[in-house]
Amino acid sequence: MSDGFVEQVGQLARRSVVRTARQPANVVFPLVFPLLLLAVNSTGLQSATRLPGFPTDSYLAFALAVPFMQGALFATMNAGTDLARDIQTGFLNRLALTPMRGIALLAGQLGGVMAMTAVQAVVWISAGLILGVHFAAGAGGIAVLLIFSLLIGLGFGALGAFLALRTGSGESVQGMFPVFFVFLFISSMAMPRNLIEIDWFRTAATANPVSYLIEGIRSLIVIGWDAEALALGFGFAALIAVVALTLATVSLRTRLTRS
Amino acid sequence: MADEHGIVASGLVREFKKGPRAVDGIDLVVHPGEIYGFLGPNGAGKSTTVHMLTTLLPPTEGTATVAGYDIVREGPQVRAAIGAALQEAALDPLLTGREHLRLQTTLQGIPRSERARRGDVLLERVGLSQAADRKVRGYSGGMKRRLDLALALVHSPRILFLDEPTTGLDPQSRSALWQEVGRLAQDDGVTVFLTTQYLEEADVLANRVGIIDHGKIVAEGTPAQLKAEVGRPTVEVVPVDPEDKERAAGILARFGEPCAAIQGVAVRLRTGEADLAEIVRALDSENLKVENLQLHQPSLDDVFLAKTGRSLEGAGEEDQEPELALEPA
Repeated sequence: MSDGFVEQVGQLARRSVVRTARQPANVVFPLVFPLLLLAVNSTGLQSATRLPGFPTDSYLAFALAVPFMQGALFATMNAGTDLARDIQTGFLNRLALTPMRGIALLAGQLGGVMAMTAVQAVVWISAGLILGVHFAAGAGGIAVLLIFSLLIGLGFGALGAFLALRTGSGESVQGMFPVFFVFLFISSMAMPRNLIEIDWFRTAATANPVSYLIEGIRSLIVIGWDAEALALGFGFAALIAVVALTLATVSLRTRLTRS
Repeated sequence: MADEHGIVASGLVREFKKGPRAVDGIDLVVHPGEIYGFLGPNGAGKSTTVHMLTTLLPPTEGTATVAGYDIVREGPQVRAAIGAALQEAALDPLLTGREHLRLQTTLQGIPRSERARRGDVLLERVGLSQAADRKVRGYSGGMKRRLDLALALVHSPRILFLDEPTTGLDPQSRSALWQEVGRLAQDDGVTVFLTTQYLEEADVLANRVGIIDHGKIVAEGTPAQLKAEVGRPTVEVVPVDPEDKERAAGILARFGEPCAAIQGVAVRLRTGEADLAEIVRALDSENLKVENLQLHQPSLDDVFLAKTGRSLEGAGEEDQEPELALEPA
């Protein structure tokens, strides 16, 4: 990897971070909204912990995994809409006229998304610690949790980039937000899958990869080192990242039709 | 074959899947150091041509070389030799002018030690030093265009493409940009390919003009040549006393053929504007008092009218250029 390429990625990642930081709504909302939902759910659903088989006596600890996924969804939207705006304004054409390698654009954009994801993850973890959540996997688990968050951010950011490159429209990217939210809701977000009584819901949650991402995160917080949950979580996160990156790379090649 | 270091296009065509031939067989030659004005209404095919010549859009047919490099087979070499400020200044409203230059110099591979200095020089040159650390969203249209131009120049390109660089600018900003473009061509020897829908811009700035309509070049030459092609200048005389109109017409008839006039009487000059002094002397010797005397030179609009049967003003309103699609037909 040449110095030039690294510098290109660095500058593009810097731009991604700077423009996110300069849009307060893109920083504050993805931090505040998940925390509010966490506060509401953890107080309102605390009684669910009395169900036989519930893995912890703290619903806050159980639900702390959810903000990580909500943050990933916001990362998808932000990465997608930023890139779509570059397409719509012609900024992508400006970049295409430089010797920049297409993959540097994608790497830079995703670098910025992952930086934002890291900030979010630190906020969720800090919020959990402040509110008394005991991380069952300890300090090592927190480190793994951070890495896991970055992998999820990479995959979802690439998904947003793919949508932007495919449609070229910020509105189309934002239009996918409710769809992603449905995936989040039809998952083990609010209840362990084995305790979901409605058959179709349990089946849908079992088929939904988001469940395994949440369960991977949750295992580090409430269970400890659960090899199966981590393998499934990391496996699906890696799969999403690989598929989304491939799609985004192909779409970028099509979008940058320079000869 | 023209000079390989300018721009040479031969039979350039671009078709879109669900649209007409946006560019329909363009042949053109732009010499090094020349400012070539590509004049036409909205939707004529100007931007599509620029996108092809800058390698952003592959041609459906035809060939072109830019700076001696083939636009299809040698895209990276073409891009290294050119700078481009495309239609609508493509800037990030959240970045400052200086941050734009930092990004652009990095992506253009300017050595790290030179980047800041190069950026400062260009900001100074386009008059944005004071505003360099302000976010672009607070810039006026003229400032955005000037920053766009600075960004196009960071790697000292030999050829500069400017796609409607002054559209929407106030007269002062327009004039400042013209000055800078003129300086680039004259002092730095940069070849400039400039698209415009403004007659005045092509007239003032371009050494040669190509007039494009419906994807085809309908006329090409220096502004003076093009105007001379469509006709000679006319002179209109408005006598102080309207009763003298007939007498004035008699005097003017010595210098050309009568033609339509708005207020007074007019003739199309037989030998050109050199007759103007003779006309003044003839009117004076006949003691005919004149309220107004005007020489009308043919304009590029007259050229466009003669070649297409339409006036350039508003000609593009009925047929907008198709949005640049990705898939060739």
